[in-house]
Amino acid sequence: MQILEERKHQVFRKGSDRFEMECNKRSLAGAVSQRACVFCGSRVILYPIADAIHLVHGPIGCAAYTWDIRGSLSSGPELHRLSFSTDLSELDIIQGGETKLRRALRELIARYQPQAAFVYATCIVGLIGDDVAAVCAQISRETGIPVIAVESEGFKGTKKDGYRAACEALLKLIGTGTETADPGRSSNGCEYTLNILGDFNLAGEVWLISDYYRRMGIEVVATLTGDGRIDRIRAANRARLNLVQCAGSMIYLAQRMEELYGIPYQRVSYFGIEDMAESLYNAARFFGGSELLARTRELVREEIGAVYPRLLEYRKDLNGKKAAIYVGGGFKAFSLVKALRLLGMKTVLVGTQTGTTEDYRQLRDLCDPDTVIVDDSNPLELAEFLTESDVDLFIGGVKERPIAYKLGIGFCDHNHERKEALAGFSGMVNFAREVHSSVMSPVWRLAPRRNRRSREESNG
Amino acid sequence: MIVTHQAESAKAVTINACKLCSPLGACLAFRGIANSMTVLHGSQGCATYIRRYIISHFKEPMDIASSSFNESTAIFGGKDNLLTAIRNVAAQYHPEVIGVATTCLSETIGDDIGSYIREYSKTDSRHPELVAVTTPGYQGTHRDGFQEAIKAVCGLAGTGTPIDQVNLFPGFVSPADLRYLKEILNDFGLAFVMLPDYSETLDGPIWSEYMAIPPGGTPLSLIQSMGRSKASIELGRIINPKNSAAQSLNERCRVPGYSIGMSVGVRETDNLFEVLTQLSGHPIPDKYRQERERLIDSYIDGHKYLFGKKAVIYGEADLVVGLAGFLAEIGVIPILCASGEEHGRLAAALAEVAPDMSSPMHAYEGADFSAITIQAEKAKPDLIIGNSKGYAMARQLKVPLVRVGFPVHDRIDGARILHLGYRGTQQLFDRIVNGLMEQQQNLSPVGYSYI
Repeated sequence: MQILEERKHQVFRKGSDRFEMECNKRSLAGAVSQRACVFCGSRVILYPIADAIHLVHGPIGCAAYTWDIRGSLSSGPELHRLSFSTDLSELDIIQGGETKLRRALRELIARYQPQAAFVYATCIVGLIGDDVAAVCAQISRETGIPVIAVESEGFKGTKKDGYRAACEALLKLIGTGTETADPGRSSNGCEYTLNILGDFNLAGEVWLISDYYRRMGIEVVATLTGDGRIDRIRAANRARLNLVQCAGSMIYLAQRMEELYGIPYQRVSYFGIEDMAESLYNAARFFGGSELLARTRELVREEIGAVYPRLLEYRKDLNGKKAAIYVGGGFKAFSLVKALRLLGMKTVLVGTQTGTTEDYRQLRDLCDPDTVIVDDSNPLELAEFLTESDVDLFIGGVKERPIAYKLGIGFCDHNHERKEALAGFSGMVNFAREVHSSVMSPVWRLAPRRNRRSREESNG
Repeated sequence: MIVTHQAESAKAVTINACKLCSPLGACLAFRGIANSMTVLHGSQGCATYIRRYIISHFKEPMDIASSSFNESTAIFGGKDNLLTAIRNVAAQYHPEVIGVATTCLSETIGDDIGSYIREYSKTDSRHPELVAVTTPGYQGTHRDGFQEAIKAVCGLAGTGTPIDQVNLFPGFVSPADLRYLKEILNDFGLAFVMLPDYSETLDGPIWSEYMAIPPGGTPLSLIQSMGRSKASIELGRIINPKNSAAQSLNERCRVPGYSIGMSVGVRETDNLFEVLTQLSGHPIPDKYRQERERLIDSYIDGHKYLFGKKAVIYGEADLVVGLAGFLAEIGVIPILCASGEEHGRLAAALAEVAPDMSSPMHAYEGADFSAITIQAEKAKPDLIIGNSKGYAMARQLKVPLVRVGFPVHDRIDGARILHLGYRGTQQLFDRIVNGLMEQQQNLSPVGYSYI
């Protein structure tokens, strides 16, 4: 396998290499990284807030490529599905974009009556020196709604820095609510209150999860940012617990909220039945009380009872099949390894775009011997790993899909563009069904690589 | 009759853009060169977003390297990053050609990639052919980036002994269109160089092993010979003379150019076949005569479903003009012809292709989907023709959307949609009539199965 010299410390094979994973490094110039930029990081985090204007301040590309691309659902307004750009032209670059930005904000706020506006700075804005924060402050005073500058200039770091910029933007909103009820109690007096951080309501997942908590007797104050609403986010400081699902993006927000408002947090995963159940139990244990715990037990028993027999059906076919995973962050990878294991499948390659050293350490402990673990990979490496390990399934994002398909390998999307709910207990059945239909489709039998393999097998 | 609309020149905000940025166009064009790779000189995000956008349409691998700017690159200049990027791409992909396209970022800090590339060439004697193109995302649209890249690639061509071959610049069309054009030129017995040719690189077969660079594309040796061809044919009525590849070859190498429209519809396709007859000295092969006559026969079979129907069309201006000419010849009124491009040439080109249209046709440049939707609500169209990004509008207006062009992100056949020539027109025609018939069925309380 040909790995660029500089990347050798970003690939690890369990059992044979010493663990010294280098991650959180900038992508190498000239590598075809699967990563994006700071702007992308901010944009994905704030995207699902449905009653706000999301104005991309820059030339047209950044807004065009992020228009309505994610499966984040809203139960009400759908402003997040529109693409707003100041569409800076050459003249704006020379003269500065502040005037245009001001006019764009006034026009959009008058037309759409949003609850807030986010202004995303792109590469160019960082260079021409627009004072985005000052413009936002001015428009906020004029219009009376929060107008928040997101410092997301593409080149100023990695996607993770974009997550942080988005969290900073959220922190400017949190605690500015007008509700006067006691902290820690919801407006209707419920004493068990929490926020869900890092779930983006893809295919309605946050609704599914919120419903579990409601059945347990816990009230969800704010969801950040799936099906997000400005007034709920402003009131998020009133919850007693933060649950952080997509840790890579939102752990910073949870830490800051702990410092600022004394709200403790737990890391959770809603993917796979083990992690899902564990997440519910942890919240129940946090609030305490035997009744709450009993209700949780009842819920988990009921839900697992409903899905388990169906999972076993899929497992019959999938047992012993091999999978590769390349996803955005570490936590998603852990859950996928476990979920595949539940279906009888073995993970032979696992990688992430933005995992931390701690994530990789956990992955190493979780995975079977000989599993290859990789940080910030590229198409050539991934293709080579896939061929070498001869997997039946590859789980990744849009950019990884053609690699799998060209090689005649089944593929499942596990990113923010998917339209199928994979979280929760019922999500696990959807996941199993998708894995099953990807692995078991007869089309692979026609793929040249598989043909060759079956010929080799029959020749002994 | 053309009514011209222009987006307000002082427009402060674009809502749901009907255009993409110029680096995307350059990446597509470079993908049509055999054994080539592209480096985008800018932030990591540009390469990743563009890859994702292109992959979702073509459903093929699309590797684009980035010079991965960071804060210090933005302050001190991107030379080191670009040279490292080229070196790493050369080492991993072993391309014959590397296309380097700039972005907003590198243009704004004033990086001179031409001089960086010359410097690189000096340090590496076995370097691949390097082509630089200037594509700031704040200038023009993806169509300009595409043209600029093709023109830059043509810079590799030199003069010399004339060769009995023609150059074909097909414009931004689908891989299926490119395959069909090659078939036509082959059937005329013409030797030709088509640039770009992503008919295989962006619509390829299944592989038995992974290939760093997909096979296919215009070979470098043929590109180098383009200056010696006897003529160039360039499709598209709205090509900016400043970035016309045919024009630049004419100026540098004295290769005469034939500029004709995008061959959609009988008349525009006739123009292409006339040029090919002239250049080859051969009559139109029977196969195409038959395609043409079968197409006209179907026009007659379908005319009652079409006459007086109103269509909204949008996309790259060249495609819009091609479609408008075709619609005019089948009796459909292209009531709103919109493009995100702004060059002031759309109205005149529409008048050329639809001279007899008595109903008003609204030519709208610099349009975004918010504006197109507002205009379309007034126009009350019977159908919409354009890429996937008009789906929300079609859904809102409850009219069929016939998908053409790029991007098609909500159907499987983006790469295989045929638009050009008699055969492509036939397919468009059938899809349009079928779309209207299906709409008629859906809206009918009776639900006839015989219409």
